[in-house]
Amino acid sequence: MTSPPSADPPASREGVKFYQVGSFAAGNRLLDPALRTVQADERRANSLTSGHRACQGCGEALGARYTLDAVMRATGGQMVAVNATGCLEVFSTPFPETSWRVPWLHSLFGNAPAVATGVAAALRAQGRTDVRVVAQAGDGGTVDIGFGCLSGMFERNDDVLFVCYDNEAYMNTGVQRSSATPPAARTATTEAVGPQPGNPFGQGKNLPLLAIAHDIPYVATATVADLHDLEAKVERAMAVRGARYLHVLVPCPLGWGSAPRDTVRLARLAKETGLFPVLEAEHGEVVRVSRIRHRQPVEEYLRPQGRYAHLFTASGAPARPDLIGGLQRIADRNVRRFGLLDGGDDEDQGRGSGDRAPAGADPAGASPRSPTGAG
Amino acid sequence: MAEPFAITLDVGSSLANRTGAWRTERPVYVDRLPPCNEACPAGENVQRWLYHAEEGAYEPAWRQLMEENPLPAVTGRVCYHPCETACNRGQLDEAVGISAVERFLGDQAIEHGWRVAAAAPSSGKRILVCGSGPSGLSAAYHLRRRGHAVTVREAAALPGGMMRYGIPAYRLPRDVLQAEIDRILALGVELQLGRTVTDVPAAMTAEGFDAVFLAVGAQIGRNAYIPAGDTAHVLDALSMLRSTADERPPLLGRRVVVYGGGNTAMDAARTARRLGATDAVVVYRRTRDRMPAQDAEVEEATAEGVRMKWLATVARADAGKLLLERMVLDERGFPQPTGEFEELLADALVLALGQEADLSLLQGVTDVTVAEGVVQVGPDMATGHPGVFAGGDMVSGERTATVAVGHGKRAARTIDAWLRGAAPAAAPPPPLAVFSLLNPWYYADAPKTVRPELDLVRRQSTFDEVVGGLDESNALFEARRCLSCGNCFECDNCFGVCPDNAVRKLGPGLRYQFDYDYCKGCGICVEECPCGAIVMEPERI
Repeated sequence: MTSPPSADPPASREGVKFYQVGSFAAGNRLLDPALRTVQADERRANSLTSGHRACQGCGEALGARYTLDAVMRATGGQMVAVNATGCLEVFSTPFPETSWRVPWLHSLFGNAPAVATGVAAALRAQGRTDVRVVAQAGDGGTVDIGFGCLSGMFERNDDVLFVCYDNEAYMNTGVQRSSATPPAARTATTEAVGPQPGNPFGQGKNLPLLAIAHDIPYVATATVADLHDLEAKVERAMAVRGARYLHVLVPCPLGWGSAPRDTVRLARLAKETGLFPVLEAEHGEVVRVSRIRHRQPVEEYLRPQGRYAHLFTASGAPARPDLIGGLQRIADRNVRRFGLLDGGDDEDQGRGSGDRAPAGADPAGASPRSPTGAG
Repeated sequence: MAEPFAITLDVGSSLANRTGAWRTERPVYVDRLPPCNEACPAGENVQRWLYHAEEGAYEPAWRQLMEENPLPAVTGRVCYHPCETACNRGQLDEAVGISAVERFLGDQAIEHGWRVAAAAPSSGKRILVCGSGPSGLSAAYHLRRRGHAVTVREAAALPGGMMRYGIPAYRLPRDVLQAEIDRILALGVELQLGRTVTDVPAAMTAEGFDAVFLAVGAQIGRNAYIPAGDTAHVLDALSMLRSTADERPPLLGRRVVVYGGGNTAMDAARTARRLGATDAVVVYRRTRDRMPAQDAEVEEATAEGVRMKWLATVARADAGKLLLERMVLDERGFPQPTGEFEELLADALVLALGQEADLSLLQGVTDVTVAEGVVQVGPDMATGHPGVFAGGDMVSGERTATVAVGHGKRAARTIDAWLRGAAPAAAPPPPLAVFSLLNPWYYADAPKTVRPELDLVRRQSTFDEVVGGLDESNALFEARRCLSCGNCFECDNCFGVCPDNAVRKLGPGLRYQFDYDYCKGCGICVEECPCGAIVMEPERI
């Protein structure tokens, strides 16, 4: 395979002018190997290997492999992972099997940040600065149960990358609401009954903004729909020391009542509707947001999901325009607040140039009582 | 020592857990027929040669193109590119400029002197091709590459048929045409100029030809009865174009009216402008939307100052003026006379009312059927007479150079199989890659490269080529706009998006393979395949 003799810019993820799919797909035969994703490389670490017991189309399994494979590349394989209790731990390690091909520890549901702090401290005591520590948990282990330990890890600026795989409820135990569950979503504990079915509006918390408020060196959000973006963020996170936080949206076919094949599509729609802002912050300030490429109304995101079925009639027409409108207002607010539509003239510039600095709001001062902007 | 207690079991890998057993549907890689390939009258594998061109491998791209079409620099200029009309990218932003890339490849080949070798060893068979137009040349090329001895007999003084005597030089420069013809002749095809075949069976027996391919075209301008005064200047478009091509341009005067609505009418009107007519008017009895001429031709003609007069027929021609009758369309869309007349000043009236084939060479050949002025052939281009085949404008079908090239290729395939006593093998085409199978999210937006057009003033007075070509950088850009509909182009997406690592990457050019031991059948790979090259099939239980 010859390399393209075109006037392509030199190897850089920013501004790759490649008009077929090099900018958005995992790889491409015509793309410089250095610009392809880790996941396009047949020698990728496969940190979470086959045979795990995650459901068909599991977004979390995808997110965990994407993230840890990228960490493995960034650290040259010198890493250790600490895992909170949750789906990810349960489906990957039924005794005596493990799907992990990286050093991996599990202790309790709520203490993963503290365990990771301890691992980092132990490594420091041994003078091992080359081995990096990653902690990972679902939204329950991060936003609810582990939040005290996590906040402590943040404020001490411990040298740990903490990754939250957010599927917006306690899926492993039977889809109970967490404080990351979005408004109007049905869970086992927020049934679709009564005048305000599903999870109430105005509750919950936005952990990325809370992490930013700790003024830690690096905070980012990402989805499993944009591999280039996710991997670039992991790389940036591993390039700095101190407490770092990565929040990855991982659709859950079981808990969301969606088709397994739609996992990546729903993650993409979450970003393209504005419901899940994809951004980066350094030392308490938002420095970049991923621009929406083809904006969609929230209905397109809600309709394929069983957890929002009560918002629509059987034929897919809006049954509760008031609640759909409430979710649309959350999306609109995110778009406004983070400047998700700004700089619309660079749409055909390919990967990277869609990311840009935000309009200038200070998110550290914004209300944290707004999971993905609710409130 | 006894087996340890359960809690002390050694760690095992989850690879022992074959999750493929969960599956009720399995993903399968498929290859589909891209719409451009389906639409190409010459049967080109458009997507495949674009695939080579995308990596800047222009010579392999050209060789792939030459497998089907020996005249890419010609068709890259004059083809009405049904491939682009069919192109799925047209539903995303704009169709890929396939003909521009084809022309670029054709021009590269001429510039670098690329040649193809006669592929097969000599068969000892001799074939006569009557006519050196696109279908005759195409048949000669494909037959020669299959190892047969080919003689092309051409009535005119120079080869090329309608490509030389019908298509004006501003659309097809003669040096380009000659270069492509020379390349075919260099394969060892014998060309006899100024010789007419008058009796086909006699030519076969007397000269020992094993088969004949008839491709004499449709050279006679169709006439309509128009009452004309003695001094009226009436001529037909084909002879006007022919004498212009022979550098004996007719004297037309300053005001020229062209009667007809096809591509030849446009060619005649645009040629008249270049020969000095200050006023060139096309008179057509129906409306713009019912005109058979291609849109691009009409647009270019209008841009060059050609005027259009819709819903009118020429009722009478006299010296210096015409009498036109106004028409209206009836409810079935047919033009009906109104009885209202008007005068139009005209120094010459050019008739472009269609063409007919001169089939006198088939006189006395009773087993060749002629109906509606054309020779009847099957899809394999065979006539009723054993060993006699026909194609191009003298058989029914759309009369374009690219269709003719396709006829020549098809005839060559049939003749070759017939001479070898075998049936031509034709695999059924795979299912069509329609737009709804694609995932357009993955394709970055990139509008079509606009080719430079000659300055309008300049092209009204010269026969220089109107539409410019691509250069290397924008040809590559254009080729890379191909979506590769329905056929894997190794973007690694399926390999990347599988939550179960159940896709194996086999290396460059070898694509991927599913590991059904672990594939749970979630279908994310199908949903996220940009080009629709994966399908889900029910698992047999």
